[in-house]
Amino acid sequence: MRLPSPGAARRHCTAQDTRRFVDILIQQIINGLVLGSIYALVALGYTMVYGILGLINFAHGEVVMIGALSALTAIGLLVPSGLPGPVVVLAGLLIAIPVCMAVGFTIERIAYRPLRNAPRLAPLITAIGVSIVLQQLAMMGWGRNYHTFPALLPVTAHKIGGAAITDLQIIIVLTAALLMAALVWLVTRTRLGRAMRASAENPAVARLMGVDVDRVISFTFVLGSGLAAVAGVMVAANYSIAHYAMGFMLGLKAFTAAVLGGIGNLGGAMLGGLLLGIIESLAAGYIGDLTGGFLGSHYKDVFAFFVLILVLVFRPSGLMGEKVAERA
Amino acid sequence: MSADPKLKARLGIALIGVALAVLPFVVGATFGNSWVRIVDFALLYIMLALGLNIVVGFAGLLDLGYIAFYAVGAYLYALLSSPHLATAFPALFAVAPGWPVWAVLPLGALVAGLFGVMLGAPTLKLRGDYLAIVTLGFGEIIRIFLNNLNAPANITNGPQGINNIAAAQIGGHALNRPLELFGVMVPGVHLQYYFFLALTLLVVFVCVRLQDSRLGRAWVAIREDEVAARACGINTRNVKLLAFGLGATFGGVAGGLFAGFQGFVSPESFGLLESVMVLCMVVLGGMGHIPGVILGAVLLALLPEALRWGAVPVQQSLFGKVLIDPESLRLLLFGIALVVVMRWRPAGLWPSALRKRELAAHGEAA
Repeated sequence: MRLPSPGAARRHCTAQDTRRFVDILIQQIINGLVLGSIYALVALGYTMVYGILGLINFAHGEVVMIGALSALTAIGLLVPSGLPGPVVVLAGLLIAIPVCMAVGFTIERIAYRPLRNAPRLAPLITAIGVSIVLQQLAMMGWGRNYHTFPALLPVTAHKIGGAAITDLQIIIVLTAALLMAALVWLVTRTRLGRAMRASAENPAVARLMGVDVDRVISFTFVLGSGLAAVAGVMVAANYSIAHYAMGFMLGLKAFTAAVLGGIGNLGGAMLGGLLLGIIESLAAGYIGDLTGGFLGSHYKDVFAFFVLILVLVFRPSGLMGEKVAERA
Repeated sequence: MSADPKLKARLGIALIGVALAVLPFVVGATFGNSWVRIVDFALLYIMLALGLNIVVGFAGLLDLGYIAFYAVGAYLYALLSSPHLATAFPALFAVAPGWPVWAVLPLGALVAGLFGVMLGAPTLKLRGDYLAIVTLGFGEIIRIFLNNLNAPANITNGPQGINNIAAAQIGGHALNRPLELFGVMVPGVHLQYYFFLALTLLVVFVCVRLQDSRLGRAWVAIREDEVAARACGINTRNVKLLAFGLGATFGGVAGGLFAGFQGFVSPESFGLLESVMVLCMVVLGGMGHIPGVILGAVLLALLPEALRWGAVPVQQSLFGKVLIDPESLRLLLFGIALVVVMRWRPAGLWPSALRKRELAAHGEAA
């Protein structure tokens, strides 16, 4: 087995090479930012539920998948109507959001609520079961094949130096930013938000203060699922495809993003999502050069995992999380 | 005059022994030898489920990537008992490695155990939830590596997998060939059965002894209350690491057996859904209860066959066509089983008396 030496990849540096390097770097960061906004939206769903229930909702990735596929079905039905592309996508989104909210609400009601006081392992195992059930149901409904996202949104590229950003990418980042701002407003400025924070802090005391904790938990699931629906449509639009098994890896990465930022912390989930997107994009772009061609970009799914391990070893509370005592 | 309970127990064991000894011949004669193959697989699954039971059932740690250790064992066996390495790296391997089974299996166990310790060391001091997600990721990572390590150096042969794996040899006889014994032709699947049975019994024995040992009690203590266990002087991290490593070891052995039995391995056999299936066996049968876990493994190993024979004709007669293929029906049932068992029968179908009492007490306290 003969591998090229690491030095071989390093070519003689000229001014042109430097500019090219910077352009590619900027492009990777832009792609990472787009990916990261999507991760952040999904991570918010994990982190809100974890903050209140201390439960990893494994089925959250499947909710994203259901959002993407139900939006695609709606879009497929609306395309022949001849409406302008963005309107059709918006309509698809507006159908996907209530569908996902209903799914999220139902999951909490029938699977997690009866186990509120069960031993710790029980809800985790249930969550896995729910995830498998949703995936198989989706496979029965939508089949095993990939569904393509029709070209409805403008993809005009804007030049930033030597890198490019498309309208679609701008829409994704802006929508995600807007939603996150709205969520922060909801959690910090409204009555309901205060009830959510109180339930996360101490459910028993919140209940004594007149907070209907069960309703708050239901609402949290509905809210997270709504964000997941938006994220699902974004993923489908960004990669132009959707698939019944797309939720698993996405969910795993979004969870990693939530842990990276500090699980239970909203700002942390956003930061973690963006960081993970950029790390993944950069790593996928440069791993070939770094390992002398031994590992290629098809290993990009591995990075999220390494990030997760590193965070757990060196800063288990995440970047923005405070140290919390282990709940026995 | 009542029978001596000791004698009764011995009689029972002898009866089970005879039943296990003639099982392949009975099954082979009534259903055909393809069913003996299914029984062989059921034994493999019993080993896997018992291994996972140490982690999930005894120590209460959720491992969602258990199949990765099975994969490690299987690929190690495949590499050391097939011509693949010799064809891929003719410069390094002049002849195809043909390691004997008694050397490969312990090596597979060791390597899988090492992987387990490597994975567990950073995560086991944290909350159990993290372990679940890290193992989930690890299972997927192993599969990605197996799928892609065919270039630039062809180690795993990628998605095509490795074939031409030699069957295990005992006393110079390859177990996939029929053997003539006292004038009776014993088919290969029957020989595999006895080989697997012997190892399964060994695994059961180890599990039973572990359960009653100081270590086993430490595991149960951690499962029930980690803080209290630590206060009693148990080094929780090391004890958990030991559970995780031992569980992985069993997975490695079962993986090696699988590779030798199948003659072919590919990354497809080691997906997340396989991990979930083994977890389902443990949970359905009764976490932490060895007979329960064995029951769960047997039930779920036979389920796909039952569905193939049962679900297809039933659907055809009801709807006139097959609406749900048996494979997705099986997975759907796994998912539903996990949810339903946790909701209504958290101790499983056949719980241990102790665990049942604990869970009942827990329900009252809540």
